[in-house]
Amino acid sequence: MTRHLKVDAPDNESRVDQMAQGVLGMPINRIEGHHKVTGSATYAADAGAEGMAYGVLVQAAIPAGRVAEIGDVPGVLAVIHDPRMLRRAAQGMATEGPPAGPQQIDFMGQAVALVVAETLEGAQAAAHALRVRYEAYQVPVDPDAVDPELPEDKQSSSGDLDAAMRKAAFTVDNVWHTPSHAAAAMEPHAAVAQWAGDCVTIRAGLQMLGSSREQIADALGIDEGQVRLLAPYVGGGFGSKLGINAESVAAAIASKQLGRPVKVVMSRPQVFDLAHRRSETTQRVRLSCDTNGVLSGIGHEALVSNLPEAEFSEPVTQATPFTYQAAHRQIVHKVARIHRSCAGSVRAPGEAVGVTVFECALDELADAAGIDPVELRLRNIPETEPGTGRPFSSHKLAEALRDGAQRFGWADRLTPRARIEGEWYVGMGVAAAVRVNSLIESRAKVTLTPQGRATVETDMTDIGTGTYTILGQIAAETLGLDIGYVDVRLGDTDFPRASGSGGSFGAASSGTSVYLACVEIRDQIAARMGCAEADLTLQDSTARCGNIVRRLGDIVTSPLAGNGHLEPGKTEDSVRQATWGSHWAEVAVNRWTGETRVRRMLGVFACGRVLNHKTARSQCLGGMTFGIGMALTEAMEHDPRDGHIVTRDLAEYHIPCHADVPPMEVHFLTERDAYVGPLQAKGLGELGICGAGAAVLNAIHNACGVRVRSLPATPDKIIAGLDP
Amino acid sequence: MQISLHINGSLRDVYVDPRTTLIDALRDHLGLTGTKKGCDHGQCGACTVLVDGRRINACLTLACMAQDSEVTTIEGLGTSDALSPLQTQFLNDDGFQCGFCTPGQICSATAMLGEMAAGWPSHASDSLSGPFLLSHAEIAERMSGNLCRCAAYSNIIEAIQNAAHAEGSSGDAP
Repeated sequence: MTRHLKVDAPDNESRVDQMAQGVLGMPINRIEGHHKVTGSATYAADAGAEGMAYGVLVQAAIPAGRVAEIGDVPGVLAVIHDPRMLRRAAQGMATEGPPAGPQQIDFMGQAVALVVAETLEGAQAAAHALRVRYEAYQVPVDPDAVDPELPEDKQSSSGDLDAAMRKAAFTVDNVWHTPSHAAAAMEPHAAVAQWAGDCVTIRAGLQMLGSSREQIADALGIDEGQVRLLAPYVGGGFGSKLGINAESVAAAIASKQLGRPVKVVMSRPQVFDLAHRRSETTQRVRLSCDTNGVLSGIGHEALVSNLPEAEFSEPVTQATPFTYQAAHRQIVHKVARIHRSCAGSVRAPGEAVGVTVFECALDELADAAGIDPVELRLRNIPETEPGTGRPFSSHKLAEALRDGAQRFGWADRLTPRARIEGEWYVGMGVAAAVRVNSLIESRAKVTLTPQGRATVETDMTDIGTGTYTILGQIAAETLGLDIGYVDVRLGDTDFPRASGSGGSFGAASSGTSVYLACVEIRDQIAARMGCAEADLTLQDSTARCGNIVRRLGDIVTSPLAGNGHLEPGKTEDSVRQATWGSHWAEVAVNRWTGETRVRRMLGVFACGRVLNHKTARSQCLGGMTFGIGMALTEAMEHDPRDGHIVTRDLAEYHIPCHADVPPMEVHFLTERDAYVGPLQAKGLGELGICGAGAAVLNAIHNACGVRVRSLPATPDKIIAGLDP
Repeated sequence: MQISLHINGSLRDVYVDPRTTLIDALRDHLGLTGTKKGCDHGQCGACTVLVDGRRINACLTLACMAQDSEVTTIEGLGTSDALSPLQTQFLNDDGFQCGFCTPGQICSATAMLGEMAAGWPSHASDSLSGPFLLSHAEIAERMSGNLCRCAAYSNIIEAIQNAAHAEGSSGDAP
């Protein structure tokens, strides 16, 4: 029996709040945590198997062309150069395999072959020794050197922005640059493939199993039913594991050919080359306002890049049309077709760089107008979505700004270079946080046994997001069980298909499907109690209905099963759904070296119901830290001659380390968003990164008076702006 | 080549290619997959293990170099039924998200507390001779060889402080 819900209308009933267990939202420890702290959690590359062979990918040494000849190398089991091998990773939620055929080379570093040997050492040595002869083509690799495409559906304008700029009391018109960014999850992409007859089982690091299974089947030319994917633990994703990549298909092909299990793990530099990068962006922001700081014009133009014919292009301006209001607006989206590595989703595609730059521009406008940056934002928050007039499902930006200013001590902020501590200029910065919100179709099955244990099964993944725990909490709350009586089984395509982890939709989507499955079981319990489901109270393994009280074990004599099926509905379009927040940073800038140290950060967020305050807080800390990296250290540098990524390991691409990250604070505003269904919960995995870097950059300006518009704000750029 | 390794208190014989690193010997030959390979370049710290009590990157060490040493991996620090104080606090303070860097963080922190107790200063220390406070800055400096992209950093530092206090170790958090 399946309980189905299409979210066509707001759910103001708040049934979850009427449940009695009291575990949902609580900051309980991760239920799978003991496996992670003892090393017994099994990630993709941890799979062992009798007779395992080891595969190492070989990468193209030219930016574009064809493979003319693949050489021989002794002592290997196979050198595989198969037309089914992938030329690039699949984009998230694609239902087909990505472009295949490694004889064609689209970017430097693309996989062209797989070398398989008895040992990892043998395979690595052979991969280095393998000689590949190429026919090379001349291709563009610089986004500024080509005429960009202007996709018609991605341009919009209203009013006359040029006129508004001319007439305004204050304006900003500047250009920002953000470099390519890497997801850089700690777990490198890995796959272990093994066939049984015509069916293949692949253990892999993947965020979304349902669509990845379709992609694998399509890439291998077999039916979906012949593919089983396992990803019980995923060592981080941040977008880089949304779709399948070269290693899984290559492992499957090799395993079939050799008749034995094959493991393929990307090296760290290969992860940089083969996982999608966030496109570099060039963004021109134009803002105009009157003497009161009320915006009259908003212009946001973005130039991004991707490979020819790649569908994805970084949606830089996604949140710009609805975050603030102005009568005159212009959105421009340009795509340069060049041969750098494939661009795709990296944590919060669009807002991560778009909101960050826009919030820097607003800070400049506040400066020009002589208005406090918090006040300037408060004066421009729309009542309804500009352009469409749709209501917001919620708009908590004003509250997040006011609350954050209080908590952070914003009133103590001085003018640039007014606060000096030894050789350090100290300053504060603020930025808004905003990210679009959505639901994705999701299914789950819940079983309640006579022993009083519930099992949740869904092919959802936990990529560090806390999915195991929050799904357990939802089941425990709804079925009245201690969390210790709930088992959560994830990451297996034999289970019902879930939304997967991506786009901040995982918790609300898969969580609602688990809730629905539990309601289905509540119905069955209520029938046995002789009451309506709405009158049933389940708590501590006991069912209550009026004066009737029975132990669950006495009612459930054989396993009860419920299936939940969530689909997004009309509320997708009837309202503008988003999550909101504010970022606050205090930095110190060294007046001699230009070094920036972040001293403290605060994030205030509104994301509907918080399902677990401990794991939710951690998600936000992670996003905010991505913002520190974006502001100060992270940059994929491309070689101007061939486009290859020069900073392709963790010693050159600087993600924040312990010493870069100060004590940080997260505060959640109390919110229930009825437009996202009965859980009233929205996403938060990406909100923390959206705008965080702007708070840091704006704090740098408040500290030392320097505006860095080419990210990251490394010491050389800051020194260039300081007086000699 | 045939080598013998003392790992987590037991002697294990294993036949490996001479080029085999300690991490690959642990993971691929001895089934100890708790130690993770994050970069294979000594840049991320995910493969941190203890060799004679000192933290090292197992990816930068050949297996044959560890023959006369006692190697301790995450599996040797505690089990689900008997967690070490650091493992307990990582769990309580949410000192991880995806969990991939966690074994390395915990091995590293285990040795790091020993280094502080032994009087080794760091760049963040107020003096060269100690005593050293278990401050945010001191721990952050000493743990910076262990990257965490989920960025559980501030929780990890709290976990280390709380574990050290639970153990009655030297030093105080501010």
